[in-house]
Amino acid sequence: MSLWSRAINLFRGERVSREIEEELATHVTEGIAEGRDASEIRKALGPALQIREESRDLRIIPWLDSLRADLVFGCRQLVKRRVTSTASILSLALAIGSCTAAFRLIDAMLLRPLPVKNPEHLYDLTRHLIGFDGKPASYDLWAYPAFRRMRDAVKDQAELIAISSTLTVELTYRSDQEMEKANLDYVSGGMFDSFGLRPVAGRLLSASDDLMPGAHPYAVLSHDYWARRFGKDPNVVGRTLRTDDTVYQIVGVVQAPFTGTSPGTMTDVFLPAMMSGKTQRDDAAWMRTIARVKPGIAIAPLQAKLNAISHAFEEERAKHFVGMSKIQTARFLAETVILEPAAAGASNLQGDYRRSLLSLGVLVVLVLLIACANVANLMTAQASARAREMALRVSIGAGRARLVQLVLVESACLALLASALGGLFAWWAAPLVVRLISSPGKPVQLLLPADWRVFAFGLLLTVAVILLFGLAPALRASGVKPAGALKGCADPHARPRLIHGLIAVQVAFSFLILFVAGLFVATFDRLSNRPMGFSSDRLLVLNVVLSRPQQAVVWDDVADRLRGVPGVEKVAIAGWAVFTANSMNNFISLHGEPPGPVLAYFLSVSPGWRETMRLKLIAGRDFRPDETTPGAALVNETFAREYFNGENPVGKAVLRGGPAAPFWIVGLVADAPYRSIREPILPVAYVPFRQVDSAGAPGSYGHASFIIRTTGANPLALAQTMRLEVARARSDFRVSSIDTQEELNRAQTLRERLLAMLAIFFGCVALLLATIGLYGVLDYAVLQRRREIGIRLAIGASGGRIVRLVTVGVFSMVAIGAIAGLALGFWSIRYVEALLYQVKATDVSMLALPSLILFAAAFLAAVPPAIRAVRIDPVAMLRAE
Amino acid sequence: MPRTDSLQGALDLLVLKILSRKPGLHGYAIMSAIKERSGDVLRADEGSLYPALHRMEEAGWLRAEWIAKDQRQRLRVYRLTPEGAKQLSTEQSRWQTVTSAVNRVLRTV
Repeated sequence: MSLWSRAINLFRGERVSREIEEELATHVTEGIAEGRDASEIRKALGPALQIREESRDLRIIPWLDSLRADLVFGCRQLVKRRVTSTASILSLALAIGSCTAAFRLIDAMLLRPLPVKNPEHLYDLTRHLIGFDGKPASYDLWAYPAFRRMRDAVKDQAELIAISSTLTVELTYRSDQEMEKANLDYVSGGMFDSFGLRPVAGRLLSASDDLMPGAHPYAVLSHDYWARRFGKDPNVVGRTLRTDDTVYQIVGVVQAPFTGTSPGTMTDVFLPAMMSGKTQRDDAAWMRTIARVKPGIAIAPLQAKLNAISHAFEEERAKHFVGMSKIQTARFLAETVILEPAAAGASNLQGDYRRSLLSLGVLVVLVLLIACANVANLMTAQASARAREMALRVSIGAGRARLVQLVLVESACLALLASALGGLFAWWAAPLVVRLISSPGKPVQLLLPADWRVFAFGLLLTVAVILLFGLAPALRASGVKPAGALKGCADPHARPRLIHGLIAVQVAFSFLILFVAGLFVATFDRLSNRPMGFSSDRLLVLNVVLSRPQQAVVWDDVADRLRGVPGVEKVAIAGWAVFTANSMNNFISLHGEPPGPVLAYFLSVSPGWRETMRLKLIAGRDFRPDETTPGAALVNETFAREYFNGENPVGKAVLRGGPAAPFWIVGLVADAPYRSIREPILPVAYVPFRQVDSAGAPGSYGHASFIIRTTGANPLALAQTMRLEVARARSDFRVSSIDTQEELNRAQTLRERLLAMLAIFFGCVALLLATIGLYGVLDYAVLQRRREIGIRLAIGASGGRIVRLVTVGVFSMVAIGAIAGLALGFWSIRYVEALLYQVKATDVSMLALPSLILFAAAFLAAVPPAIRAVRIDPVAMLRAE
Repeated sequence: MPRTDSLQGALDLLVLKILSRKPGLHGYAIMSAIKERSGDVLRADEGSLYPALHRMEEAGWLRAEWIAKDQRQRLRVYRLTPEGAKQLSTEQSRWQTVTSAVNRVLRTV
């Protein structure tokens, strides 16, 4: 009989037994027909049960059969204890689901290898240096000429591939009026070959498509974009698209699921690097360099070689620097090239979220451990309640392994149900987190496939969970001493040790989670309540792009038109809005001396911008309409402090960079953040939007932002009107996006908001689980010792004494757990410090709050069992025994 | 005390041989056949017959089916499979080797 039919027979166990029974019965009938005595035949056949068992085992896989029996029994047990089972399953499901969701995110962002040939051979060329601010920094963007030099020098050891950081651009397939946004990468022509990628339509770019600057107007689409934008229309090959005044021909579509090399953004369109217009500039670092190291090549010598080439390149470049001090030049040159493994790609988002995601990962693992400890405690308590059953099983011959199997199968039932629910939770939660860290201006696009990686992780997790919470109770149950247990006088002092240990662990982890949650919440609170210096109320930001740059006067005309729209209070123009990550910086020189070591930041603004932003003027005046860049400047307090020792700078002159026309400081304004809310206030000079070059000719802008203060409470209500008004004012002006300043502010604290929110959520879950666990243990302790308590009450013990008797052990565990949690918290501080903002882990409030919350929860959990203990009626209790 | 009618491990061989001659016998009939063919010398132990039949069925040498004897009763009858036939010849030659070896020993001593 095949294994399969034996497995099938498993589910027809009754029938198999019946058939054996029937066959033996016919044997007896036949014998009687021959004239033999029925009892004699039965005696000759031997014990029917034994034959049946022996034959049955042949026809059924015995271990599978026992597993089936245990499974049925386990499910019955779970159904019988409906409340505890539901609580266990839900808490485990939440924990498993959170872990799986965290894994999906971490995997998609940091671990999943790129869908290319041999991703393990890929490295990202990164430069480590001491930044202008004196702190260690690293960046992985390169200038094209440096790339070219490195590529040619190491071509025998590695293929170097240039991939621009992903740009969100405006492009059109038809007319200018139908511009749309798409993510675009400039890549070396050889990238597709090197990655072993194939086209699904047309052809891909090759090395010959990337030879001459501006000579290869060809585009390749990603499969995802092709499906999303064109519904997989094969006729898209040969069509043209236009962006930045260049018309490209679409030559093909690259196979799925490749969407670029930077997790967090998905590239729609690939263009040859030579088309970027920046390939000849040695001062524009705009692309990553990915190295595909050939097999058998050692990394260290390759790294040294690249380092030497990069160094020579920068040294040559530094010769032409004007106005940089020796120290700065030395710092600039003291950088080292490191080859960082990039099997999972390289992106800014990875850097932004690596630590956050890993911290969250640790938090969810802690929640999982707490949930496991909880369920283990419940099961252990139940195991003691089932001691008699287990003892009976041992007495009639069950082996230890068989009992372990019995209890583990029950645990597995629990864990599998929880995993199924948890899987659903993860399926819902992971995309939710991605949405939470996306902002309209900076969407996060992550592929979150539910593939074998996620499945394998879930399976491993489930097995780990079963062993974590099921093994200890199983071993305990199987270690039962039948003689004692059946008499009902098991040693009462041996039991609570495991339970108490688990309580301490739960409390320690809960403390850690609450502590970290407190730090994250305080960080979010400090960041969102940071004084801004300006008012974001009712402020609308219109980002405008032009097909051809225009002079400031033209921009002023459009601003005038917008001022006439009803509902508009004030309109100003700025190079960009605050918190848009744009920045422009340079060194400042005073009195014709060489520039100092501190960078100043610049923003061009129209007259009236300060008033529109409600930025406080401390001294001097705003710009006049005829003032230009260079010529006049408004500076902030930090600027005055940095360069003028805090004296009133109005009337003084500063130079930007090397020798050039001076800026006369006309006004001093209040400090305000510039590009990031996390940075300290930078020294900022606001300069006139109107600019003239050294020959006196007016400069032009291809893009800028209108900053509009509206009269209505909701600035977005005016968005559509403004968009139309801009188009009506000038046909070449196009609104590319509309933000409110409030939204931009909010986007600054997305990460902190996410961390605070999730940490609070996990903190609550941990606290709830710990409280339930504590309650369960105390309740169980009272139940176990009710006889003893009854006797004590009968001989005159006070209620207080009884309460102390019941709770003292558990409360000392809570205290030990809290102290351990505190130690863990201090130890973990160094890992989360980078995520904090102006929060000291050693603040008394940071430590006191979790302790208070925990002890309050412990107290709450102890009240009902304590009341029950005191209310025990000694007479009834002693009579019942 | 040794039992002269014990089959000493030859039960499989006898069952296979009998079923190869007369396929479609049920348990009791196989037992009777062993008794009859051996001239009442050999007797299959009724207690070990059924486990042996089930074991051989499990090994794939026998195939069992239920046939109706009359309105109320049905019988489980066994047949040799091709594999069972192969097994029979193996067992047979092994038996002959053993018995001839034993005979040789008896002759020489």
